Amino acid sequence: MVDRDTWQEIMSTVKKHKLRTGLTALGVFWGIFMLVFVLGMGKGLENGVFRGFGERAKNVMYVWPERTSQPYRGFQPGRRPQLRLEDITAIRQNIREVQFIAPRLSIGAQPVYHQDIGDRYEIRGELEDMIRIEALQLHQGRYINALDIENSRKVAILGKRTAEVLFGEKDCIGEYIRIKGVEFRVAGVFGPLQIKPWTEDDLEAIVIPLTTMYRTFGTGERVDYFVCSAAPDVRVSTIEPQVKALLKKRHHVAPDDPQGIGGFNLEAEYQSIVNLFGGIRAFLWFVGIGTLLAGIVGVSNIMLITVKERTKEIGIRKAMGATPGSIINMILAESIAITSVSGYLGLIAGTFIIGGINYLMMANNLEPDNFYNPQVNPSVGLGAIVLLILAGAAAGFIPAMQAARVNPVAALKDE
Amino acid sequence: MIRLRNIRKSYKTGYNQLEVLKGIDLDIESGAFTSIMGSSGSGKSTLLNIIGILDEYDQGDYLLDGKMIKGLSQTEAAQYRNQFIGFVFQSFNLLPFKTAQENVALPLYYQKIDRKKRQALALEYLDMVGLADWAEHLPNQLSGGQQQRVAIARALITQPKVILADEPTGALDSATSYDVMELFKKVNREGMTVIIVTHENDIAAMTHRIIRLRDGVIESGAAAVSANS
Repeated sequence: MVDRDTWQEIMSTVKKHKLRTGLTALGVFWGIFMLVFVLGMGKGLENGVFRGFGERAKNVMYVWPERTSQPYRGFQPGRRPQLRLEDITAIRQNIREVQFIAPRLSIGAQPVYHQDIGDRYEIRGELEDMIRIEALQLHQGRYINALDIENSRKVAILGKRTAEVLFGEKDCIGEYIRIKGVEFRVAGVFGPLQIKPWTEDDLEAIVIPLTTMYRTFGTGERVDYFVCSAAPDVRVSTIEPQVKALLKKRHHVAPDDPQGIGGFNLEAEYQSIVNLFGGIRAFLWFVGIGTLLAGIVGVSNIMLITVKERTKEIGIRKAMGATPGSIINMILAESIAITSVSGYLGLIAGTFIIGGINYLMMANNLEPDNFYNPQVNPSVGLGAIVLLILAGAAAGFIPAMQAARVNPVAALKDE
Repeated sequence: MIRLRNIRKSYKTGYNQLEVLKGIDLDIESGAFTSIMGSSGSGKSTLLNIIGILDEYDQGDYLLDGKMIKGLSQTEAAQYRNQFIGFVFQSFNLLPFKTAQENVALPLYYQKIDRKKRQALALEYLDMVGLADWAEHLPNQLSGGQQQRVAIARALITQPKVILADEPTGALDSATSYDVMELFKKVNREGMTVIIVTHENDIAAMTHRIIRLRDGVIESGAAAVSANS
C-alpha cells in the first residue's frame, strides 16, 4: 500500500508545510503522550497502594477463638474454645477451596541470646506454609520445612532486625542461639515484604517449628489463630463462613453464636480499592482518549485543507489515469503516516518519562507511601499503536473521500 | 480511431439547461493530425473532455478504437484514460514537487510498472523530446517550452491511442509555439493520432484537418480529409 512514491508524496507535502504539519502532529503527539503518561502514573499509584495492602492479603482470612456468648449443649457462655492442630487437618479434609492453612502460636518477650548478646523477643511457633500466605519474604537461608516439624527440630528463623542485633554483619546461618536457655540452630532470616508500622513485629520475631514449641516450652497443644488462603480462583469471602462453621461445630459453639470463633478478611476492602482503581483507570482513559481525539480532529482538518490545496494535483493525477481508489489510498497513507509517526513519538516520550521516573525513584531509593513502580503496560503501548492507525484512517477518511470526488474537468480548468 | 455519433451534452445552470454540444458527428481516423477550433463557449473544450473520457455525455455514441465509451465507472474511466489517452494542457500541469523524469514516469505508476523500469522509460522519452539532460530538474527550473515538452513526453509514455492537446501553445511565445508544434508533427509522423484544440489560426494551419465548432455544432471540417493531403 505504501511504496516509495507514496512516501515521496507524503514527504514532499510535509516538507512544504513544515509548521502546519508540525503543529498538527503536536496534537496527536500530545494526545498519546498524555494517555501513556497519565495511565503510567495511575499504574504507579495503583502499584503503591496494592503494595501497601500486601500482595497476598486479598485472599487471606484469619480465624481465632474468642469467648462464646451463648450456651450450647450444656456448655456455659463465656467459655473460650481452644484451637488445635487437628483443626487444620479437619479444614483440609472438609473444605477443598482452602489452599494453605498456617497456624501461629506466639509467646512474647522471651530471652534470646547469642553468646553474650541478647534481648527479649517474641517467639512464634508455626508450620511451613506461613511464608506462603502472609506478606513475608526470606532474606537468607530457608524457612521452616516439613522435616523440622516432623522431627521437632530445634531450628529458628530470625527476623531481619533480630539477626542484625544478635549477629551484626556476621553470617548467622548455622550459628546457634539460646531461647530461654535452649539451643537453637539458625536456619534462615525473614522479614516483611514492606516495612510499615504494622509490620514491625515481623522484623523482630523468631519463628520455630510449632511442634518444637509444644515440646520445649510446654505451651500445650494449642494455636492462637489460623491464617487461611483461598485457592486462586475462589473468593475468600465464600470460604470464611465454611471455616468458621466447621470450627464452631468441632468446638461446640452454637452455630448462630456471633462470637466463639472470630474471623476476618480483607476482601471487601480489597475489592473496593480494586473498584476505585478501575474507576480511576476508566477516567484516565476517558481523558487520554479525549485529548487524542482533539489531535485527530486537528489532523482531519489539516488533511481537508491539504486536499483543497491539492485539487489541481489530484485532477492531473486523475487525467493521467489515477483511479479513485489510488487517490483515497494516497490521502489515507498521508494521514496515517502523520498520526502514526507523531503518535509513536508520543508513545516513546511517555514511556521514556515514566521509565525515567521509575529509574530515578529506584536509584535514589525513594519509596513514597502510595506510589511505586509506575509503568506503561505493554498492552497499553500496543493498544495505542492500533488506536493511532485507526485514528489516522478515521482522520483521513473524510478528506480522502473528498479527494476521490474531485472532478478532473473542474480541477484542470485554467484560470 | 474516434467515432462520435450525435453526441449531446448539456449542463445545468441553476434552473436552466445549457446545451453545450448539440449533436456532434465526427470521425477521426488513426494517424490523423487534427485541430479543433472555435470561439470560447463553442463547446470545443467539452468535446475534448468527452473524447478524453474526463467528462460524460448525455446522448449519442462514442467509440474509441472500436470500444464503446459509455456509462463507465470512475475506475474504468481512469484505466481507459491511462491506456488510451495522452493529455497535453495549456498550463502544462506538471507536478511541481517532482522532477521532469518523475513527471514523465507518473502515468506508468498508475499502470503499476516497476519503478526502475518507469524511470528508464521516462529518460528515454525525455531524450526523445530533447530534454535528457534536464531529467533531474524540477518544473520551475525549466522554461515554458521545456515544460510543455516534458508534458508531451508524459503524454506519450503510455503509448496511447490518441494525444489530446488543449491549447498546448496558449502559454508560449510564438517561437516556442512553433518548436512545440514541430514536436507534435514529429510525433504524428511516427504514427500517433494527435488532436489539438486551439484558437490560433497559424497553429491550426499546421495540422492536416481543421474542425470548426460554433454553438455546439460542427460548422466545417466534419468530413474527413485523407491524411498528408
